[in-house]
Amino acid sequence: MLKADNLTLGYGDNFILRDLELTVERGDLVAIIGVNGSGKSTLLKALSRSMRPCRGVVYLDGRSIFRQDTRSVARKLAILPQAPKVPEDFTVRDLVSYGRQPHLAWNSRMKPKDFEMVDWAMAATRIDYLQHRLVSTLSGGERQKAWLALALAQQPQILLLDEPTTFLDIGCQFEVLELVKNLNRELGITVVMVLHDINQAARYSKTMVVLKDGSVYKSGTPREVITEEVIAEVFHVRVKVLEDPDNHCPYFIPLSGSVNCPLEVGSYGKDNFLDRRSG
Amino acid sequence: MGRAAVKDIRVEASKTSVRERTVYRLTMMSVLAGLCIASLVLSVSFGALHIPAGEVVKALLSDGDGVNRQVIWNIRLPRTLVAGLVGICLSLSGVILQGIMRNPLASPGIIGVSSGSGLAAVIILIVLPNYYYLVTPFAFLGAFAATILIYLLAWKNGINPMRLILSGVAVSAFLGAGINALMILFPDRVHGVMSFMVGGLAARTWKHFYILWPYTLIGTAAAMVISPKLNVLMLGDEIAISLGVKVERTRMAFIALASLLAASAVSIVGILGFVGLIVPHITRLIIGSDHRYLIPASALSGASLLMACDTVARVIMDPVEIPVGIIMAALGAPFFLYLLRGGIKSDA
Repeated sequence: MLKADNLTLGYGDNFILRDLELTVERGDLVAIIGVNGSGKSTLLKALSRSMRPCRGVVYLDGRSIFRQDTRSVARKLAILPQAPKVPEDFTVRDLVSYGRQPHLAWNSRMKPKDFEMVDWAMAATRIDYLQHRLVSTLSGGERQKAWLALALAQQPQILLLDEPTTFLDIGCQFEVLELVKNLNRELGITVVMVLHDINQAARYSKTMVVLKDGSVYKSGTPREVITEEVIAEVFHVRVKVLEDPDNHCPYFIPLSGSVNCPLEVGSYGKDNFLDRRSG
Repeated sequence: MGRAAVKDIRVEASKTSVRERTVYRLTMMSVLAGLCIASLVLSVSFGALHIPAGEVVKALLSDGDGVNRQVIWNIRLPRTLVAGLVGICLSLSGVILQGIMRNPLASPGIIGVSSGSGLAAVIILIVLPNYYYLVTPFAFLGAFAATILIYLLAWKNGINPMRLILSGVAVSAFLGAGINALMILFPDRVHGVMSFMVGGLAARTWKHFYILWPYTLIGTAAAMVISPKLNVLMLGDEIAISLGVKVERTRMAFIALASLLAASAVSIVGILGFVGLIVPHITRLIIGSDHRYLIPASALSGASLLMACDTVARVIMDPVEIPVGIIMAALGAPFFLYLLRGGIKSDA
């Protein structure tokens, strides 16, 4: 339902992605991984029409996303960018209410249906007890759930998430990922997310897409993608791939000496740096 | 106590807080409206001839004759109303610009309104002084043209607020150089220009009121209608796009509206820079940053502040009148700093 065709993206003459092809099927849960600067967020921006491609087209339901009315796209597709900002004195309810924006008439008047949907979105993400708190006073995990509730209030068919777990503690990370998994399973929302943690990506996604050198290096099920060769080739880390018997997915652990040690003390460091400490 | 019960208590507590917040906002709004009316009556009441407030109200509300009524209807009321309208226009312009640029330093000056209108006015007053009556339309056009220029120069695959601000600063400096050059080259004609450059309300009358009110009315109505969109833009471009807002087009419309509001005010009373910067901040500290409340509240506080300051400007050194721009800065800045340092609790 979301398709990138021959997509070239960049700023000026500096292309970040070249001739990229990607198809996201309805109901899929896709994790995009790759090294820093490989264009993961850029790809997500293009898929969400925040950024115009230099060449190529993004199709949503078979039609170019830029040719469609942006409000009707907004009723199908929601984006949660990295570290979004919110004015200091907006409450959670204020924030989530803006999810109804694409469904409202020109005067932005909320109807009973809209209030119900906002209530439901906050209940579904279990933040209803926070609804009158100011967003700026929430913890990182609560805040991320508030943003997810905003996206949910949009009633999207597709949800794009840019590193939804970054800056969260491990408990909140899993809470957010479980929430995303259930949105996909229970509500059939197609999810495309950029993740940094490859093991989390392997555990929570149905399809993994690996970006390297401006195009899709490999895509497939986590079992197909998580191999020692792929991780070594893309991330330059030697790993051992194991099977997680609880969650039935692959995971890896880095081997000792898996990367070259980046510290080179040298004779000058030995003589001077260490010398200064002892003397 | 179970977790659910705790949750219930918290929901109850926060429901009270939201009710309090709404009550607080509406109370503050009524206070501001009261302040606005009080400023109007005081402004009409004080002057070379002191007219008691009771007489002012009587003269405003009923027919009659006499000196007081003449003074009020022919001199003071039009001037006070112009002050109020100017306050509304500049404040709304500032609120809109600070909102769309998500920058607390944004003000009508940043989109070239001051420098554009200033240069246009200076050209007329210094180079073509015989055409002094063209100052108002030319200042208006100059302000609007400067905005368009800044917008075009900042355009590069869309408008980035930071680039817009920087290009605004650069263009303003450039036009400012033109203003200064003209003032240096024609030192004998500078005096006529000064009152425009600091902004003043002396001798403003019904004529000016009739020019200004349609712009104020249309601008205020437009600002009220699109205030929810301004809230969405506050969430950042990406979220706004995700929510189906045409960000570029909306931002352009807002800039045009802000420029129109400020240009109409500046062309009537000269460059009153401070109002558009500070009134939005003062109002935000009082009522919060939800634009559905902030926009009407800023209009009210802008109008009251300017009417009050104009009263002071007329009275403080009577019979000499001080330009209102100077009073604005002298009184407004300390008051603003007082609010900033926690004079009013802004937890609402």
